[in-house]
Amino acid sequence: MAEVKKLKRPELNTGEKLYLIALAKGAMVTLKHAVKSVTGKSRGATGLNSSGLGITMQFPEQRWDDFLPEYYRGAPALVTDEQDRERCVSCQLCEFICPPKAIKIIPAEIPADDEWAKVEKRPKEFDIDMTRCIYCGMCEEVCPEQAIYLRKEYLITGTSREDMVHNKAKLYEIGGKRVGLVNKWNELK
Amino acid sequence: MSDTVDTPKLPKDLAAEKGLVNVQIDGHWIQVPRGTRMIEACRMAEAQVPHYCYHPKLSSPGNCRMCLVQMGMPPRLAPGAEPTFNDEGFQDIGWMPRPVIACANTVGENMGIRTQGDLVKKTREGVMEFLLINHPLDCPICDQAGECSLQEFSVEHGRGQSRFIDDKVKKPKNVDIGPRVNLDDERCIMCSRCVRFMEEVADDPVLGFTERGTHTTLSCHPDRKLDSNYGMNTIDLCPVGALTSKDFRFQMRVWFLKETNSIDTNCATGCNTTIWTRGNEIYRVTPRLNNDVNSEWMPDSHRLAFHEVQGDDRLTDPMIKADGTHEVTNWQIAIEATSDALKQFEGSEIAIVASARQTNEELFLTKTLAGIVGSKSISTVPRMGEADGKLISADRNPNSNGAKLIFAQDDPSSGLDTIKVGLSNGSIKAIIALGEDLIDDAGFSHDELAAAELIVSTNIKANATAQASDIVLPSSSFAEKRGTMVNVTGRLQRLNQAVQAPGNAHDDWEILRDIILNYTGEANDMYMLEDIVKVIAQTIPAFEGVTLSKIGDQGIQLLETGVTIPLLEKEKQRVENREIVG
Ligand code: SF4
Ligand code: SF4
Ligand code: SF4
Ligand code: SF4
Ligand code: FES
Repeated sequence: MAEVKKLKRPELNTGEKLYLIALAKGAMVTLKHAVKSVTGKSRGATGLNSSGLGITMQFPEQRWDDFLPEYYRGAPALVTDEQDRERCVSCQLCEFICPPKAIKIIPAEIPADDEWAKVEKRPKEFDIDMTRCIYCGMCEEVCPEQAIYLRKEYLITGTSREDMVHNKAKLYEIGGKRVGLVNKWNELK
Repeated sequence: MSDTVDTPKLPKDLAAEKGLVNVQIDGHWIQVPRGTRMIEACRMAEAQVPHYCYHPKLSSPGNCRMCLVQMGMPPRLAPGAEPTFNDEGFQDIGWMPRPVIACANTVGENMGIRTQGDLVKKTREGVMEFLLINHPLDCPICDQAGECSLQEFSVEHGRGQSRFIDDKVKKPKNVDIGPRVNLDDERCIMCSRCVRFMEEVADDPVLGFTERGTHTTLSCHPDRKLDSNYGMNTIDLCPVGALTSKDFRFQMRVWFLKETNSIDTNCATGCNTTIWTRGNEIYRVTPRLNNDVNSEWMPDSHRLAFHEVQGDDRLTDPMIKADGTHEVTNWQIAIEATSDALKQFEGSEIAIVASARQTNEELFLTKTLAGIVGSKSISTVPRMGEADGKLISADRNPNSNGAKLIFAQDDPSSGLDTIKVGLSNGSIKAIIALGEDLIDDAGFSHDELAAAELIVSTNIKANATAQASDIVLPSSSFAEKRGTMVNVTGRLQRLNQAVQAPGNAHDDWEILRDIILNYTGEANDMYMLEDIVKVIAQTIPAFEGVTLSKIGDQGIQLLETGVTIPLLEKEKQRVENREIVG
């Protein structure tokens, strides 16, 4: 039987109840950044120096690409590997896990004369509706085949709803090749 | 005699009087019938024992060892010693140090079973590890994933990680062993369920094992294919993804599918089924347990028949023929046109070709319609085939017994010839065809049809009758409606709605109701199927007291027709011979 544990909200002391102190702390942070930017010491200042103070990006002449952190989560996309094999086997786990139901997959059998016939299964259609995607990364996390990754693609535009649906071709185009992944479908398999 | 009155009876004697024995399962004493398998006794005590090879409808070879439990009996007494009983009246149990299989052993008086504990846990972990040693990492591409006992038990009882460092044994994959079944030998866990099914139930022993040890391979007889009409049942039986359906192959993952309990409408047996759908599409149909109808099986031909109602030829809108071509219209206009057209004829000039594929509710409204328009010619269409000596009945109409009861006729299809004669001699001028193709099914000739001045038909497909009809009313298939039917043994069973009818097609009973209301000009008092079920229960004696909820998922025996289902008789015989649990 699960045990029920009652948690108590921590009591605030008088200092904490007086929000003026917190306000002052916040103001200090703002002030610190203000001073940094005026003195040209803010993060990425050299890269963004075209804006004078070095804090405003002149988009689209300037792009985010060089400023994105390693862990940036952009558009989810499908990848191929060193052997140019499409890694997705359309197991539909990402379709199942995707919280806003952005993914739609129609699986198909790999024909017997295909080089990768032993994998048996691959997606016939794979659509991600980017008006729905919330960039949560669940698809990447759930994928048992290391086939779907959130890449550094952030320029997702379109003039209609249909434009905003990434189909299989588009997904492979964004995803590209990814090396160094586990080669499960090796010659022993 | 006075002695026996004084000493209180022991639990073993109390149980023995009723043909039961006392068994202690995980510390609790329960009484179960003498001769019960240990695994079934555990099920009664709600202590689930994981198993692969055991199946209540098949013999128990005890070869997978997944069901190992710990067993104990009272220690054997020294010669001359009297048994001692504790306060509860039981003897103390001496636990055996080694596990035993629960599937093939029967219980005994004062037996103890442990389905938990260190010994059992370790055993299960060991069995799982052996089963998984050569198992491929196929779950992402395996159709069984999501309903695979190997997945389930390895999560529950497995050790989580493999210690096996050698290369796995390779076996044939994606083997074509029959027109409807695919085999992947690497995934097979050698439980032999499929082998036993083909031999014991399908009477077509084409499967067997070759090689030995880790190389054991399930194979089909070299000169044969797994092509029995019951072959697909092995797919449901197979606890893993070794046997998979070609029809369902890679269509959809099972966790997306919604299950709807229904019945098969391809013959009078009415096998209980589950319809698996996602959105508005049917992906597969599988048999459902009903020990009074189909046991756990169904014929392949009926299982795959659902594809017929998913074609492109479904009718989606009511149509009225004007100058030789059909024009789409709306329901109100179509219904009004129908009742106006029918009013142009004398009652004796109208014939109704009903169908024993209609549900009882539809048949009842059909009869009501006949009464209202004054038609005396009403008949269903016979549909006889050959019985297969197992489940398929010679009568391919699913509801012939329902038609008999509702129309109160011994042979509701007897009037068909009279209608044909009437059409050729001009005494019948209008036909209402309900779900039957007048040419293909009812055997009318094109000339006979051409003689009719008015043809109104409800159809699900664009067939020859729809082509010849003046008014076409699109209706619903078996998976798109609710209703009840009476099977060949007289069992009343229920259809449930799994998907929506395409386009603007309506439920059949609603079409009939709307025609009746429009014809009579009365106000509607039937809003739901339940309303008709109620009226039928009140007007037709055989249906007295029937409600949809009473029918439930297993049906109720409405009448005794004396007809038996051969496969069930054979199964009963095997239960009696104690070959299977049943
Ligand atoms: S989880 Fe991975 S392998 Fe499965 S369908 Fe999604 S991308 Fe493909
Ligand atoms: S990132 Fe999240 S929302 Fe976007 S496709 Fe993947 S699972 Fe769905
Ligand atoms: S049989 Fe079960 S465990 Fe084996 S690959 Fe298929 S789903 Fe996975
Ligand atoms: S194919 Fe399936 S049912 Fe047949 S022996 Fe192998 S695991 Fe058992
Ligand atoms: S279920 Fe008992 S040995 Fe297989």
